[in-house]
Amino acid sequence: MSIDGQTTTGPDEAGASAAASAPGLRRAVIVGGNRIPFARAGGAYAKSSNQDMLTAALDGLIARFGLQDERIGEVAAGAVLKHSRDFNLTREAVLGSALSPETPAYDLQQACATGLETVVGLSNKIKLGQIDSGIAGGVDSASDAPVVVSEGLREAILDLHRAKSLPQRLQILSRLRPKDLAPLAPGTSEPRTGLSMGEHQALTTSQWKVSREAQDELALNSHRNLAAAYDAGFFDDLLTPYRGLTRDGNLRADTSLEKLSGLKPVFGKNLGADATMTAGNSTPLTDGASTVLLASDEWADARDLPKLAAVVDAEAAAVDFVHGKDGLLMAPVFAVPRLLARQGLTLEDIDFFEIHEAFASTVLSILAAWEDEDFGRTRLGLDGAFGKIDRSRLNVNGSSLAAGHPFAATGGRIVASLAKTVHATARAEGRPVRGLVSVCAAGGLGVAAILESL
Amino acid sequence: MTDTYAHLVNQGLGRNVAKRLGLPQPAVLRRYRPGQPLITGPIVVQGNTPGADNLAAELLSWDLDVRRHAVPKEKLGAIIVVLDDVARPEDLGKPVLAAAASLRDLGPGGRIITVSRPASDAATPAQAAARQGVDGLLRSLAKELRAGATGNGLLLAPNVETTSPGALAAVRFFLSGRSAFVDGQFLTVSTAAGEPPRNVEKPLEGRIAVVTGAARGIGAAIARTLHRDGATMVLVDIPAAGDHLAEVANEVKGTALQLDITRDDAGQRILEHAVQRHGRLDIMVHNAGITRDKLLANMDESRWNSVIQVNIAAQLRINEALLASEHFRSSPRIVSVASTSGIAGNRGQTNYAASKGGVVGMVRATAPLIAAHGGSINAVAPGFIETEMTARIPFALREVGRRLNSLQQGGQPADVAETIAFLASDAAGGINGEVLRVCGQNLVGA
Repeated sequence: MSIDGQTTTGPDEAGASAAASAPGLRRAVIVGGNRIPFARAGGAYAKSSNQDMLTAALDGLIARFGLQDERIGEVAAGAVLKHSRDFNLTREAVLGSALSPETPAYDLQQACATGLETVVGLSNKIKLGQIDSGIAGGVDSASDAPVVVSEGLREAILDLHRAKSLPQRLQILSRLRPKDLAPLAPGTSEPRTGLSMGEHQALTTSQWKVSREAQDELALNSHRNLAAAYDAGFFDDLLTPYRGLTRDGNLRADTSLEKLSGLKPVFGKNLGADATMTAGNSTPLTDGASTVLLASDEWADARDLPKLAAVVDAEAAAVDFVHGKDGLLMAPVFAVPRLLARQGLTLEDIDFFEIHEAFASTVLSILAAWEDEDFGRTRLGLDGAFGKIDRSRLNVNGSSLAAGHPFAATGGRIVASLAKTVHATARAEGRPVRGLVSVCAAGGLGVAAILESL
Repeated sequence: MTDTYAHLVNQGLGRNVAKRLGLPQPAVLRRYRPGQPLITGPIVVQGNTPGADNLAAELLSWDLDVRRHAVPKEKLGAIIVVLDDVARPEDLGKPVLAAAASLRDLGPGGRIITVSRPASDAATPAQAAARQGVDGLLRSLAKELRAGATGNGLLLAPNVETTSPGALAAVRFFLSGRSAFVDGQFLTVSTAAGEPPRNVEKPLEGRIAVVTGAARGIGAAIARTLHRDGATMVLVDIPAAGDHLAEVANEVKGTALQLDITRDDAGQRILEHAVQRHGRLDIMVHNAGITRDKLLANMDESRWNSVIQVNIAAQLRINEALLASEHFRSSPRIVSVASTSGIAGNRGQTNYAASKGGVVGMVRATAPLIAAHGGSINAVAPGFIETEMTARIPFALREVGRRLNSLQQGGQPADVAETIAFLASDAAGGINGEVLRVCGQNLVGA
């Protein structure tokens, strides 16, 4: 089977549930999670560093599950906006936490997919028997972002360091111009196109003809679902308050279609009538951190810890957005069909979908591509459209539009919430329940994963 | 939360000035530290009944310096006056006056303990008079003591010996620094139930304990004290206090359960958590409480109802769930935090006092129910305790509140916690349905 010229392994070739049940591999289970409430940039966590927030999220997880002094197999986390001094961010957070100082850790970075990829990587290590327990996580601060000096100043400083005589030094300093002294603000533009993520998505939105109304409606549902989840106590065992914040700072429980439809477009303004993306249906810059506790069955059982869900399988994809073949954030369109095919599953086999809301139109563009017959045939190598998702199963406890999106922390937020959801539903309905996570990322990346209730 | 005045009058110039001006001189109380001896100095046991002899023999087996007669001018640690078989008021004189002769020799942080029986089940009016006389005697004597010394009484039910586990546990508690802020109080030992501690340093070893309102103040102190005494801790507080709760949980190496105790299923949630992680639940400490003070004339529905819900209705619901559970059957203990406001009343606290009075009623009525499972339920009633809450009281009012007790100072959260740890211990099994005040013998109230 071939999807868009990229060879894929179908169920008929490798057997269903290869990653979950292959001989010699054991199961990786999600015990639970903890995050701090997400704050809008410049808000409650304006003075908190990535290390502060990741440590707080870890300490909350440790307290929830009684992991004090425990030597965890490995802790993996990362940040997208990262200071060079934080070269060992995760290990430093571990050392500042209540875990055993003998707990190893590593940093990982895959843009907005960082958090999900730490879950995938540690799950695989557990499945292989390399570790018995792991904590996956991610953190990002848009408030405490690194500020970089200009290339001219940077080169001058390095040359000064190498210079041996005073005349040499003076000569180097004389190269500097006032503009070299201005710091460079952190940017999220794509290095190869110079376009911001929002401008990229605006092109995709226009291409898939996603309406303003549909975007605002998705945003409204995100806020409503998240607010309802808070009111039901859903986050009581998923979240620990931090710096006076007890709920996500971006959540607007009282927002309405009227309010959302009154906002002016902020991206794709050169598209005229096709300019539909507003601050209301796009995620704001956000600060926050999340963690997920993963384990083998044996490790969890030995400590009488709950087991919410198994990490079944995962798939990464990338698209050629540079030449405009696909939209920047459209890689999940390819990752999910490949993942489901490998597991011998279809969209109908999935009970809950978590499609990260980078922008409302990202989710809607992905759904549109999957519902498009021509796209299914020509790009996914299928007989027709990939399929349609029952919207009542999509982002049922709210997603990034309401919660906010601290880049690397989003994966952990979604995985812990989805694990709890599939577990609770399975208990209530007495049947196995599956959930799908999909996260798009800068660089045309996308990662998807399947969780199954325990 | 620091008592600057007490600090000032306990050193150098401040001490001299206070002494000359006749100002209150609150002592630095003798408080328990692990590894510390139970008490320093000899213990004199007055009284010549078999009960007195047996108690003296038992204390001797604890490696204490026990005397039946005081040597004048020798500093004493404690005086225990055993009055367990007084028949007439005239019988009090001899042992009491013998104790009086050595009162001046009682050292700083010394202890007076009376051991007598409740007047309520006396055989004759004369016996009732003698027994009730001990009440007036002890409460007055406690007010005469100085330098952090305290006086407390044991009341032994008819079938309880001076050496029954509950009696010995109470004697140990009153002698030790754990009872630093308990003064002028009586504690009834109603049955011979209870197990002597296997390890006096870790009396709660192997026990699974839940504390509500554990994120800060008295609740956090309870968590620390129970953990120090060997218990495995589950800490509960509202989700909004989760960050402080996590800190305390990590400190005492327990688990944090973010839960609003006023939820209908709170008892079930607590049980589920304890059973999943530890297989059962042994000790439930109801500490969570709120104040919403207003004169009754200005009281609104939300202030009244929220206080009733959190402070008493939630406890009743949780207890109901616990008592129905097969996982709360291993010498179960419930300890509730009441308040002297609920006993003596406090202006502006009608809602709070109603809820705390409710706790007292609940404890008494639940006692026979939990006794059926071999357990006990008791309450502590704190007086003025130095917490974030009392630190917000205006200065003058706070100063008065602090000094209006026999020890002339506010208590520490740890003082309340120590009393709770004692009531939660296996040894205290014979104490059931009691309310013990931790108030330094506050001048207000009973």
